[in-house]
Amino acid sequence: MAINFLYPDYEVVRDQTKCIACRVCERQCANGVHMLDETLNLMKSDDAKCVNCHRCVSLCPTRALKIVKTDHTFKENANWTGETIKEVYRQAATGGVLLSSMGNPKPYPVYWDKLLINASQVTNPSIDPLREPMETRVYLGKKPGAIQRDQNGEIICNLTPQLELDVPVMFSAMSYGSISYNAHESLARAARALNTLYNTGEGGLHEDFYEYSANTIVQVASGRFGVHKDYLNAGAAIEIKMGQGAKPGIGGHLPGQKIVGDVSRTRMIPEGSDAISPAPHHDIYSIEDLRQLVYSLKEATDYQKPVIVKIAAVHNVAAIASGVARSGADIIAIDGFRGGTGAAPTRIRDNVGIPIELALASVDQRLRDEGIRNNVSIVVGGSIRNSADVVKAVALGADAVYIATGALLALGCHLCRSCQAGKCNWGIATQEPELVKRLNPDIGSERLVNLIHAWQHEIKEMMGGMGINSIEALKGNRLMLRGIGLNEKELGILGVKYAGE
Amino acid sequence: MRMKRIYVDEKWCLGCHLCEYNCAFSNSAETDMVKALKDVPINPRIRIEEAGNIHFAVSCRHCEEPLCMKGCIMGALSVEDGVIMIDQEKCVGCCTCILMCPYGAIMPSDTGVMQKCELCINNAGGKPACVEGCPNRAIVFEER
Amino acid sequence: MMQPREGQVRIPSGCAISGMFSRNGKRVDGNSIIRSISMMHDRSNGLGGGFAGYGIYPEYKDYYAFHIFYDNKAAKLACEEFLEEHFDIINLSKIPTRKHPRITDEPLIWRYFVTPLHTKLKESQLDEKEFVVRSVIKINTQLHGAYVFSSGKNMGVFKAVGFPEDVGEFYRLEEYHGYCWTAHGRYPTNTPGWWGGAHPFAMLDNSIVHNGEISSYDANRRYIEMFGYKCTLLTDTEVITYMIDYLGRRQGLSHEEIANVIAAPFWSTIEQMPPEKRAKFTYLRNAFSSLLITGPFSILLGFEGGMMALNDRLKLRSMVAAEKDDMVYVASEECAIRVIEPEPDRIWAPSGGEPVIVTLNETGQAESAKESA
Repeated sequence: MAINFLYPDYEVVRDQTKCIACRVCERQCANGVHMLDETLNLMKSDDAKCVNCHRCVSLCPTRALKIVKTDHTFKENANWTGETIKEVYRQAATGGVLLSSMGNPKPYPVYWDKLLINASQVTNPSIDPLREPMETRVYLGKKPGAIQRDQNGEIICNLTPQLELDVPVMFSAMSYGSISYNAHESLARAARALNTLYNTGEGGLHEDFYEYSANTIVQVASGRFGVHKDYLNAGAAIEIKMGQGAKPGIGGHLPGQKIVGDVSRTRMIPEGSDAISPAPHHDIYSIEDLRQLVYSLKEATDYQKPVIVKIAAVHNVAAIASGVARSGADIIAIDGFRGGTGAAPTRIRDNVGIPIELALASVDQRLRDEGIRNNVSIVVGGSIRNSADVVKAVALGADAVYIATGALLALGCHLCRSCQAGKCNWGIATQEPELVKRLNPDIGSERLVNLIHAWQHEIKEMMGGMGINSIEALKGNRLMLRGIGLNEKELGILGVKYAGE
Repeated sequence: MRMKRIYVDEKWCLGCHLCEYNCAFSNSAETDMVKALKDVPINPRIRIEEAGNIHFAVSCRHCEEPLCMKGCIMGALSVEDGVIMIDQEKCVGCCTCILMCPYGAIMPSDTGVMQKCELCINNAGGKPACVEGCPNRAIVFEER
Repeated sequence: MMQPREGQVRIPSGCAISGMFSRNGKRVDGNSIIRSISMMHDRSNGLGGGFAGYGIYPEYKDYYAFHIFYDNKAAKLACEEFLEEHFDIINLSKIPTRKHPRITDEPLIWRYFVTPLHTKLKESQLDEKEFVVRSVIKINTQLHGAYVFSSGKNMGVFKAVGFPEDVGEFYRLEEYHGYCWTAHGRYPTNTPGWWGGAHPFAMLDNSIVHNGEISSYDANRRYIEMFGYKCTLLTDTEVITYMIDYLGRRQGLSHEEIANVIAAPFWSTIEQMPPEKRAKFTYLRNAFSSLLITGPFSILLGFEGGMMALNDRLKLRSMVAAEKDDMVYVASEECAIRVIEPEPDRIWAPSGGEPVIVTLNETGQAESAKESA
């Protein structure tokens, strides 16, 4: 047997004085970490199998378990860190591309945390959301260029289709296949309860979920999986996925073992076959091709659905967005480089793309400079972590945000970043029936609704503090932000002043 | 009568057996679960039945016409507000109730007399511990 | 260190406003409005005051009256060169002022009655008003030291750093007669010390006086700048003027519709409206969502032949209106009305978001068509 160069990253620490050997840890670990030594009546653990998902920790009734980072170490080296060395070992052993999931975990600057929000003092009053109306409703879609009137002088409603959201937070694309049926059901039900939308991702729409169509965005991606006329018409909007923040420039790959049963049927591909989405859309090699797809989809849906074009935040995102805004798209979704994924090559995830804060700021400004900001709404994701991020995104110029990692956390995800293994102990990123059933959508949808309601309360509190009682007055209101710990260039791109200015 | 009962939805039961431990703890006199259950074989009033990938919990259904009560030779079983209670002082451990119950929801206690689910009404829990502790809402306490 | 000028820094202000309007087009001199605004002396702090009068230039009513501040002669020369290149200058003169102990550091203050040169206008492919607007924006943003602070027909703005009553005396407003007057006393929280920063703010015949500090400022500013406006002063009044100009002149909304955009009713109110009205209000709020104003404001908009008063949706600033015969008065405080009209027929506090719009009646329109008062 070859030498195993890898020491486990995490250690399972069990307080044997607390363990009652109920074996819930053993029964709940799909990775087989825990086992009972019947002769000793003692629970044991195999650290090497642990992905640090906390399922056992969360279910242990006596809190006898915790997971700690190993203190086993290489010789200190700021350049060749332990992580880097281990990646070399792994690749030397397998010859493979390193795979990861969820968002970029590297310590790049998080600009949200370098932006501070304003509040009213003396010269104008703050507004108490408990006593006064505080509005968070937004409409997404193209705004009319000019007022038209009928022969009686009455204004004609010349709006193209719009999406109405009670709160400017939507659940972003995660396909059925990459996440489970129950995760989809939780998202769909929550979206309906919140009057917002969830997004099918590139996996088609399960027939059971057509009933949530008013709260569904159906995605068309490069693999075109699950796309047919009824599917396009089933959604409230159609999203063309050009890119994803976690893996700009590359396609997707859902391994055959996840293409089972309903997943295969919904994707319209044979069971067990790999679902490979090409890197580009092979009918879109340039912006004029995008325009054709946008209008093909509009034709297919009788111009009743807004079309979203989702792009990854890359270096020349402002110019790309400007092209998209002239393509007939109604909404641009921009996904930052910290956005999540069910699986991506590690090097791509960690090194390609730019932060969403900078991308958003430059896109919003570019579209305004060109006078075409009204052509499209802007939705940003990757990653929005809390209500303050939402407020900051809107103040920078976003119409709404997309959340996915945050939504999965609400469903129980512990960010162990092992989605690609398909053995999600929380019933989210898995298709194994025994694991899928761990996510009861009654609980899941309730927790999502709780999360967004909590954020909505906080958004209202922050708006009230600023003396703003309708969220449209916050949109692009960059004077409500100040930078901290940023250089001139960063302030310039974000279009904000420094704290104290 | 209309009352809240414990219902189990097999669809969501994970077979984690936490309900059994919560039941055993709730019906112990202890306030610390470790002290109550460490190195103790548990004898809960709710039991997971399982085969392959199917799991579900079974406990007393508090039948409207309880056969167990009909069969009790000592009058140890009674209905109080719809809840079937057992008076362990009266029970002589004849096991007739076990034979009568079509669900297997009555079993001998560690002392030899019978025990059954009493919805945690008289123990430290106050409300059904199996329901409170179920991680997937597979066991619910509701009026249907 | 030099204090930053208006436009280099954004300065919140509290204020007093007052306005009076004769529906019959009766022209009154500037004394009344000075008395009215001076009643609210404590709402200003001497750092800005100003007036707008309508119907004051009947003999030149077909020409745009540009009031311009110059920092120095060089700026004047450059600006006049620009004006000559683009406009036919019918008349030019210094605006008459009188020395006043509390008004100091005055710039050069000039007035021009102009009309766009036909050839230039044709060349620009713009309509006349748009041509004038762009010219004004060009002077104000590109000609250093020149600042056009009034550009409408048959109306004029007069403003300075000082208390409003002193500003009125300085400009000899008793010599002007208008059917509508608005006035402003300013209480900025900083000392910009620049005359251009005083109010009213005007664009063509729209002039605005405003009391408040709008929280939507930058959302409104960044939106309106998409349409060729440049907010050089960073004041609420400036951006509100541009918004009203855009909605009224460029989108063709009525004053009432403008009010429904900038002080839109809450969604909960809209939902209770009858279907057709609801559809219209929903449309306006959605289509012009970035032109909603939040935060406290009370504004008086003067325009050709009319005046509109509007409070923010929550009525976070005081504003009172009154009527007496054909006269309509609006002011931050009732005392400012009572001092010039002790016995109004009706006096009321308009609700938040509900505009008070007055326009000349038939008599008034006939009056305003006359060449002299």
